[in-house]
Amino acid sequence: MADIISEYEDKLPAKMLDEFKENIPKGASDTKVRKILEAAYGEYKNARVCPGEAVGLIAAESIGEPGTQMTLNTFHFAGVAEMNVTLGLPRIIEILDGRKELENPMMEIYLKKPYASGKRIEDLRHLALQIKETKLNDISTEFSINIADFTIEVKLDKERMKEIGVTTGKVMDAISKQLKGYNIKDDKDSIILKARSKEDSFNEAYKTKEKIKGITIKGIKGILQVLPVKREEEFVIITAGSNLADVLQLEEVDAYRTTTNNIFEIEQVLGIEAARQAIINEIFKVIESQGLNVDARHIMLVADTMCVSGTVKGITRYGVVSEKSSVLARASFETPIKHIINAALIGEVDNLNSVVENVMVNQPIPIGTGLPSLSVKPPQKTPKEK
Amino acid sequence: MKKPKFKVDKHILTPKHSKLGEREKAQLLEKYHVTSKELPKILKADSAIKELDAKTGDVIKIVRKSPTAGESVFYRAVSDV
Repeated sequence: MADIISEYEDKLPAKMLDEFKENIPKGASDTKVRKILEAAYGEYKNARVCPGEAVGLIAAESIGEPGTQMTLNTFHFAGVAEMNVTLGLPRIIEILDGRKELENPMMEIYLKKPYASGKRIEDLRHLALQIKETKLNDISTEFSINIADFTIEVKLDKERMKEIGVTTGKVMDAISKQLKGYNIKDDKDSIILKARSKEDSFNEAYKTKEKIKGITIKGIKGILQVLPVKREEEFVIITAGSNLADVLQLEEVDAYRTTTNNIFEIEQVLGIEAARQAIINEIFKVIESQGLNVDARHIMLVADTMCVSGTVKGITRYGVVSEKSSVLARASFETPIKHIINAALIGEVDNLNSVVENVMVNQPIPIGTGLPSLSVKPPQKTPKEK
Repeated sequence: MKKPKFKVDKHILTPKHSKLGEREKAQLLEKYHVTSKELPKILKADSAIKELDAKTGDVIKIVRKSPTAGESVFYRAVSDV
């Protein structure tokens, strides 16, 4: 039986074949199995989308309708224990526009076995501190400039430092790594920075003073908040702020399940196919959280469109629309005059291959029954007629 | 920081990528009546295909997990930019 089913591997989807394997009784004869599969294949062929069907239009309507519902009756933000999460229409727009800067970047960090059980709270706490970004500003009480010799004095908060687990030496190391051209000196409760160059000025010192406030002393850049959460027998760390590349390097982290809601980061770290999957997951998360129901195929189509070019392109005039080959199609979306003038300047040709441009020039559109066309072979002229 | 032992293709979001051989590639293009330029693209620098040593014009086969079909096969052509 198994070998007959495997004959259909090219014709039927894997999920259906698995169902056949489970549900066809063991004793069924070969001819009967073949009959079942043949019937299923016929049904499957009937259920497929016809060539020329305007799937994009259907997807747009199917996502758009619940979208309008969403604007009307939802909370656009949900609080997950002190942490803000963008939800609802703003989040959908954020994903579809392919934005690089998110309103609320967030990560879900899964942990490896011994840490995930959460039996040793001490470990979790330690890990959380290792992930959360600590800036110089967080562990110091005062920044001051000595006007006489333009040195900067940073008063350190020793108690806070003990809590986080950094020493003065480590602080000085971190500063010297991220700030060039300064001598750093330890002075009991504070550290003193002095410019190496002779031409120091008050302005320069002031600028540096503001700059060093943001220096990362410990943790991962960009992670603003950490929050361990119990999820089905294991602890997961949810963070505000996102930095996938660096978090995956941590030893305690289960790198293969850890994700972020920043699609651009996923594309950089895991590739375009992972980004496509992330787009689908993220849109689905929003739609599900609102109790709406949109078929996965529509969302997959949108995600595929955003990812065809090898990088994530938003559905905006700078993204997907700018890729269209037709001038008129581009002009019909946004900023028409810009597109038409540019096309005229370089002498672009529009072959009227797609929908919008054919609507504009009042021709049948190549969709559905408009897709097939007749081609006629002209009768060949005999040499005499020439 | 230690060098990463992290493998991109093992992440839950990344589907399996593999490079098509010359013959398979020709068969595929023949089957769909396309040239490799008309296929969806994947960047040469994409992190998921770094270890495949793919050149421009190669076709990458991607086996995705799909909620509707169980598994679905997708092809992308390697492109420069």
